[in-house]
Amino acid sequence: MRITQGTFSYLPDLTDDEIRAQVQYSIDQGWAVAVEFSDDPHPRNVLWEMWGLPMFGIADAAAAMHEVSGCRAAYPGHYIRVSAYDASLGRQTTALSFIVNRPAAEPGFRLDRQEASDRRIRYSLHPHATDQPAGERYGSVSAAPGNVMPNGVRGGS
Amino acid sequence: MAAAQERWHAGVIPYAQMGYYAPDYVPQDTDVLAAFRITPQPGVPPEEAGAAVAGESSTATWTVVWTDRLTAYDHYQAKCYRVDPVPGREGEYIAYIAYDIDLFEEGSIPNLTSSIIGNVFGFKALKALRLEDMRIPLHYIKTYQGPPHGIVMEREYLNKYGRPLLGATTKPKLGLSARNYGRVVYEALRGGLDFTKDDENINSQPFMRWRDRFLFTMEAVNRAQERTGEIKGHYLNVTAATMEDMYERADFAASLGSVIVMIDLTVGYTAMHSMSRWARRNGVILHLHRAGHSTYTRQKSHGVSFRVIAKWCRMIGVDHVHAGTVVGKLEGDPANVRGYYDTLREARIPCHPAQGIYFDQDWGSMPGTMPVASGGIHAGQMHQLLGYLGEDVVLQFGGGTIGHPMGIAAGATANRVATEAMIKARNEGRDVAREGEDILRDAARRCQPLQVALDTWGEITFNYEPTDTPDVVATPTA
Amino acid sequence: MSAGAEPVPRGFAMPRPGPPAGEGPADGADPADGTVLAGAADPVGGTVLADGADPADGTVLAGAADPVGGTVLAGGADPAGLEPLAPDDTVDLAAQEQALRISQLLGRLDAEFIGLAPVKDRVREIAALLLIDRLRGRYGLTSSRPSLHMCFTGSPGTGKTTVATHMGELLRELGYLRKGQLVSVTRDDLVGQYVGHTAPKTKEVLKRAMGGVLLIDEAYYLYRPENERDYGQESIEILLQFMEAHREDLVVILAGYADRMDTFFRSNPGMASRIAHHIDFPDFTLDELLQIGEKMLERGQYRLSPAAGEAFAEYVRLRMSQPRFANARSIRNAIDRLRLRQARRLVAAGGVLARGDLMEISAEDVRASRVFRDADRAGGDRGGLAGKPAPPAPS
Repeated sequence: MRITQGTFSYLPDLTDDEIRAQVQYSIDQGWAVAVEFSDDPHPRNVLWEMWGLPMFGIADAAAAMHEVSGCRAAYPGHYIRVSAYDASLGRQTTALSFIVNRPAAEPGFRLDRQEASDRRIRYSLHPHATDQPAGERYGSVSAAPGNVMPNGVRGGS
Repeated sequence: MAAAQERWHAGVIPYAQMGYYAPDYVPQDTDVLAAFRITPQPGVPPEEAGAAVAGESSTATWTVVWTDRLTAYDHYQAKCYRVDPVPGREGEYIAYIAYDIDLFEEGSIPNLTSSIIGNVFGFKALKALRLEDMRIPLHYIKTYQGPPHGIVMEREYLNKYGRPLLGATTKPKLGLSARNYGRVVYEALRGGLDFTKDDENINSQPFMRWRDRFLFTMEAVNRAQERTGEIKGHYLNVTAATMEDMYERADFAASLGSVIVMIDLTVGYTAMHSMSRWARRNGVILHLHRAGHSTYTRQKSHGVSFRVIAKWCRMIGVDHVHAGTVVGKLEGDPANVRGYYDTLREARIPCHPAQGIYFDQDWGSMPGTMPVASGGIHAGQMHQLLGYLGEDVVLQFGGGTIGHPMGIAAGATANRVATEAMIKARNEGRDVAREGEDILRDAARRCQPLQVALDTWGEITFNYEPTDTPDVVATPTA
Repeated sequence: MSAGAEPVPRGFAMPRPGPPAGEGPADGADPADGTVLAGAADPVGGTVLADGADPADGTVLAGAADPVGGTVLAGGADPAGLEPLAPDDTVDLAAQEQALRISQLLGRLDAEFIGLAPVKDRVREIAALLLIDRLRGRYGLTSSRPSLHMCFTGSPGTGKTTVATHMGELLRELGYLRKGQLVSVTRDDLVGQYVGHTAPKTKEVLKRAMGGVLLIDEAYYLYRPENERDYGQESIEILLQFMEAHREDLVVILAGYADRMDTFFRSNPGMASRIAHHIDFPDFTLDELLQIGEKMLERGQYRLSPAAGEAFAEYVRLRMSQPRFANARSIRNAIDRLRLRQARRLVAAGGVLARGDLMEISAEDVRASRVFRDADRAGGDRGGLAGKPAPPAPS
């Protein structure tokens, strides 16, 4: 299956040029661009790992593309997304967010039902991928998230 | 002494002499201001008509009463401080009236409404009367809860950014049983819509009771989440005859894990206040269907303009309110609709006569209400929708989803692909207004449902003369 | 130019190729009618700076922001000058320059900078190289993007930063940079204080500079071989990587004193090999400095009395030979001090003032400088103008 999180998920995967155009649009709007990655596709998993800090004050999309390439090289089997953050008054939230990398195969979810009284059902969504420990999902044997960071520095935090 | 004798002498004197017409009055920052469109009966001077409206919506009655002298009278009386004739419409005037903030109970739209429009609209001296706009001072805004969540929080809750949200009302309007209702919801959500919606008249009828509908709907919502990995919602309509019933239904919806519930405008402002508090307490998004508003918002000369209703809805508040589509099947002049959308979304709206905004309005830090565009729109209009309505909006394609020849899911996919493609093109710098049709056709090449949608509905437009347009039209300069 | 040759469009050192023998000018227009020149005389309506000093603010000059500009050209259906050409097409060089606004930018460089002749020449050469490269590209000839990294050597206050800013805009107009902004840093902005600090710091700076120009002032301080715990080397390595991998995204300009830069390059051949253009910024001559001072005063709406003018000339001549002379910057500082002394004099004198008094700087204001006293003490030659009586003792 194919999770459809992110602003452009119903369109064919964006090419690097298309990603660059979206990043340049975000920069031109004055938003900070950030790269994040995760191997937990649950829709309520909103806090993905950050690949470096959000890039405030860059003028050109090439800087962000550099980071996207770096993240893809480090975590080829993870979901990677580019987010643009609008810090202006009245908003102060994410303005745009779209996926730029997916694992080769996405096994999807299982819907668990727990029957309660009076025909009520408690639902919970279980991503198949999370049957494996973090970092070993989607056929990846890379380091667990947090162990490889931009600039190639290895660290625990 | 002579003036006082004259003022308090028993009998009838013109409202204007009672102090209700005060052209030298400078409105204070704390005053609530109202702009009324008045059509006085022949022989009634416009200032007197304006004064009468001011009087009858504040402290006056038709004759002098001595008990007025027991109060700090001139503090409480409303003042009509300006009357302008409307160019091009004979016999019509705009009267501007200022009300002291002390006249109103804090945080109560029922009180505000009863005060401003409760008494004045049947007045014989006026042929027609319309409340066009209100300026609510920030001091008074602060006494209201405002939207339970607001646009920013809603997006963070759903984890969806950068594009309009998409919805559809389940069709047919009436008659489906619960299980089949769930089927429609499931198909629409798994196809790509973010929301589906109960219609305003789906409450709890013999053909489908509310509890059954809620259970099957939540099954559908969860299944769709499983299929897509996205957060989905269905506006469960909790409108009922009594507040107790409404709470019962809303609590049940929350216990089933629904992200959103809806109420109709017909529940009344009091119920809306209660549900607004409930929604914030329970972390559930609150959608309002403006059922019945057109009975009094549509005619230019008489009633209440929807922009005022929109203001009240935001103050109470609600997270979603239907606000017009411009290009769909329901009434909506583009400039007016823009005014409604700004009123709901923006923090500071400057006076803008060409969009029907009569006053500067400052909302402070009150979050925005997401406008909902619903009624006769389809994917082929996506460029117009994005152009007129912007990005922070819920676009609802009821017929445009469910009537798709390839099925409901395909209809949903067509709408989703059209939206994403249009946003992507706009971000890339393309002129969406001019190239919109090309962008859609391009996207349709890789999405057959969209191609079929364009083929089916591409030619449909709803072009009628709007009944309610702004008085002012911007003159194009060279 | 030899007599009879076609007039050369101003701002370009090379003559325009004339039409092949036997053919008249294409489309009947007269290519020598000077349509190119309008821009040079009036640098797109912006204020004429011409002070040669290094502005700290890196002002973006008016008109540079719109590279396509929509200028209507004689016979030009391609205002941006970017359409591909068929093998048999010819190109009007003037039109191409006009389309890319090169002449305007170079004209501005000419008008704004006093002196700096070798610099202007080099800039023109680079512009010519890039223009030809662009034309080759239009014909489909192979044109591998030339390396654009540069090294500016010279004393402080000779205009390196300002020219770097202009370079950014020029490269953007020519299409070699996307944004053309200038990010100006020194070693401290690139190098960290502890392990692991340098790489993110340097990368941060590089990211901000992408799309434009990175100016590294006194770049040789990055290299401190005597201190083995110095992290400058790491920064150099990252810079080298980026200069190679991101040639399309970024132009690096190193700046500093010539001799130290030499040493730096000798120890870092990798860096030397990546620098394509070395431009030396000579110190200003006395005359040039006086011109610069004059422009500054004019812009500030001050004027020197005739005696003050002479005194100022002497001042500059003396100051030049004293230590820590920073060319145009020193002139700017001197003028600021003149303003201070004028104000002090006027207020101390009291009474009634006219507009002219507020504008005029007197010889007294100039002679009060310590420079004269120091020169006196050193027994130095203060006059240089034969027959001139000794000036009054400084107050």
